[in-house]
Amino acid sequence: MSTPLRKSLGNALAATSLAAVTLLAACGGATDSSAGGTGEASDDIAVAASDDTCDVAASELEAGTHQFTVTNSGSKVTEFYVYAEGDRVMAEVENIAPGVARDLLVELPAGDYETVCKPGMVGDGIRNDLVVSGEAVTLSEDENLQQAGVDYQRYVQSQTGALLEQTTAFTDAVKAGDVATAQALFPVARTYWERIEPVAESFGDLDPLIDGREGDQAEGEDFTGFHRIEQALWETGDVSDMGPYADDLLANVQEIVARANEVTLDPLQLANGAKALLDEIATGKITGEEDRYSHTDLWDFAANLEGSEAAVQALRPFLEEADPDLVAEIDARFAATEAELEQYRVGDGWALHDTLTEDQLRGLSDSITALSESVSQVAAVVADQ
Amino acid sequence: MGAEQGGLSRRRFFGLAGAGTAGVLAAGAAGGVIGRATAEEPTSSGPSASDAVDFEGTHQAGIVTPAQDRLHFVAFDVTTDDRDALVEVLQAWTAAARRMTAGQDAGPVGAVAGSEYAPPDDTGEAIDLPPAGLTITVGFGPTLFTTADGADRFGLADRRPDALTELPAFPGDGLDPARSGGDLCVQACANDPQVAVHAVRNLSRLGAGVLSVRWSQLGFGRTSSTSSGQSTPRNLFGFKDGTDNLKAEQPETLDRFVWVSGTNSWMDGGSYLVSRRIRMRIEPWDTSTLVEQEQTIGRAKGSGAPLGQRDEFDPVDFTKQVDGEFAVPETSHVFLAHPTNSGTAILRRGYSFVDGSDGLGRLDAGLFFLCYQSDPATGFTQVQRNLRLDKMNEYVQHTSSAVFACPPGITGPDDWFGRALFS
Repeated sequence: MSTPLRKSLGNALAATSLAAVTLLAACGGATDSSAGGTGEASDDIAVAASDDTCDVAASELEAGTHQFTVTNSGSKVTEFYVYAEGDRVMAEVENIAPGVARDLLVELPAGDYETVCKPGMVGDGIRNDLVVSGEAVTLSEDENLQQAGVDYQRYVQSQTGALLEQTTAFTDAVKAGDVATAQALFPVARTYWERIEPVAESFGDLDPLIDGREGDQAEGEDFTGFHRIEQALWETGDVSDMGPYADDLLANVQEIVARANEVTLDPLQLANGAKALLDEIATGKITGEEDRYSHTDLWDFAANLEGSEAAVQALRPFLEEADPDLVAEIDARFAATEAELEQYRVGDGWALHDTLTEDQLRGLSDSITALSESVSQVAAVVADQ
Repeated sequence: MGAEQGGLSRRRFFGLAGAGTAGVLAAGAAGGVIGRATAEEPTSSGPSASDAVDFEGTHQAGIVTPAQDRLHFVAFDVTTDDRDALVEVLQAWTAAARRMTAGQDAGPVGAVAGSEYAPPDDTGEAIDLPPAGLTITVGFGPTLFTTADGADRFGLADRRPDALTELPAFPGDGLDPARSGGDLCVQACANDPQVAVHAVRNLSRLGAGVLSVRWSQLGFGRTSSTSSGQSTPRNLFGFKDGTDNLKAEQPETLDRFVWVSGTNSWMDGGSYLVSRRIRMRIEPWDTSTLVEQEQTIGRAKGSGAPLGQRDEFDPVDFTKQVDGEFAVPETSHVFLAHPTNSGTAILRRGYSFVDGSDGLGRLDAGLFFLCYQSDPATGFTQVQRNLRLDKMNEYVQHTSSAVFACPPGITGPDDWFGRALFS
């Protein structure tokens, strides 16, 4: 949830996004919601994922479209990514529950990649090298920029899928009166929301209903959404009257997921979205305002950071040509921020905000300030194109 | 000076004894130099309030520059171990300071001339404002050279001057570590508060990823005159402050007490800065009688004259008696702090501050004391040790403390803050 000022920016974003969607449709852009590739896969590479292993059946591939089948034999929910340099997401599959197998289709040009499982969905994950040989594809700057929007749309779609699944599980627990499960799922469901917050916020009518904080409502409006339920879960532990709020939350998330899946951001919006996510951290998470009842702000912090990095990295092929020094600086500062945050990792989650000292919060704040200065330079580089 | 003319009076002897051995040794020479210095003729009246102050010079601007009306002071921690990154910031600071002190934008593009898709390289609040006498003075704290736990992060440990050490503890100190110390400092002074804030804001931004603001302090109403062309201002006690300060027009005295020389090091031509946030206990002060206030300070509240004298600039006469009592009480601030009795001299350059109110509704106000000297040990520390019995202690508490080595001035287009230190 953002300030009223940010809200108006969000609306502007929504308006221009419609144009982008139309344009993309005219270009015949990819819309496959579960995969990064557009061609047919000729293989099926098995990935055996557990809580502490990530065995990928191939470490060398030919350039082209490939299918991975990820089977989670562990006890934790996991994620699987194919990263290019700088952790640029080439393809990913989110929210793979224990015992479940999921397919991933990805088109890989020649290059060096990493395959990554993230059991528990946090941290650097378990990584393996993947070398793709064959003809390297050289895209023009324009093509790189256009591809960035397509890549990021795929990222958004993978997040919205998981958001819907986890919100369903969360609201089910609330309606069942299972406070412990609901409390555990609250920061997990929000992770997918926070990763794509600028996109979600672009729908100005739904965002306040889903993510509004107490006191932000206009006169006569009810306090609803994640934070209304959070308040009940942590303040009173009594969710007996939360059923209608849970139903509304799920319905609104379904609606926003449907809309978000249609959005393609243009490169400028990607750049500004990456910066906006860092602003969210600076203004809402470091201060502990976002999750004021549960104090799970660092989950949201991590998710905003991941979302920002995904947006920047989608632009990476273009930026590497246009401003390699900036890419190096951004890489270093994302790494520094992640290292700062990693100190507060507790198992598969994060320390509660109210357990951090002023000095610790200052360290996080300093790293975000530095990162924001760098990421704020991306838009002009894109616009100069 | 009455004390000089009257030889080593009992009164003066008392003061010297209080200053300790160092004070005695320094005092013979100090008294003579100060005596001559105050006789030097005032020669300059300083630039107008809106003019620019020269950025380049033998010494950094903002030390003997006629004290401007406003201050924004900030201390930074260096958050990286990357020496090159630190040097880049100092170079960027130099370029930005050169521009801003000339009344220009912080960055080469400017607040509104760049790409509409890029954050402006100047924050813009000084658009249409004149240079306003802006000076930007940079200093290096002891922890830049060696951290508190002994780390030599930048290969500077053996370049730390002996004079740059943490100040000793003084009786009555109530220092808040969170707003004391710092690896670097910037003192931005201007005759327009927005110009001073603009300078610090833009320099802080240039330090992103390398520096973290440790603490900062806004000040208003200079509490010292540093040029004989300036009138003497009043501090928040309501008293004229800085009447007998060292002045820009006293080059010999400045060479003796303010500028570092003869060390054959990067600090020659520089000066040491001590900052002390001195909270005034405003409410008890306001309810004390006029005579109590004057006896505490040692000057008349109206004229600023030393007690027993008529005019502000009449010399202090520590031997003068009124009704069988010494006119200037030996526990008064003027008595104990005066060069005659402290045996040394410092260039004071402080500002009043009011940081709102505290939780009890009391004014959170006082003096942000800044002083420059050639060695803190024979400067501030020596003076402050002599204030142990100062009656004013009842009305003040020091809440922040820091010491910085301010290198010499920027001497040309290729020079930068700290170049001699880092090369």
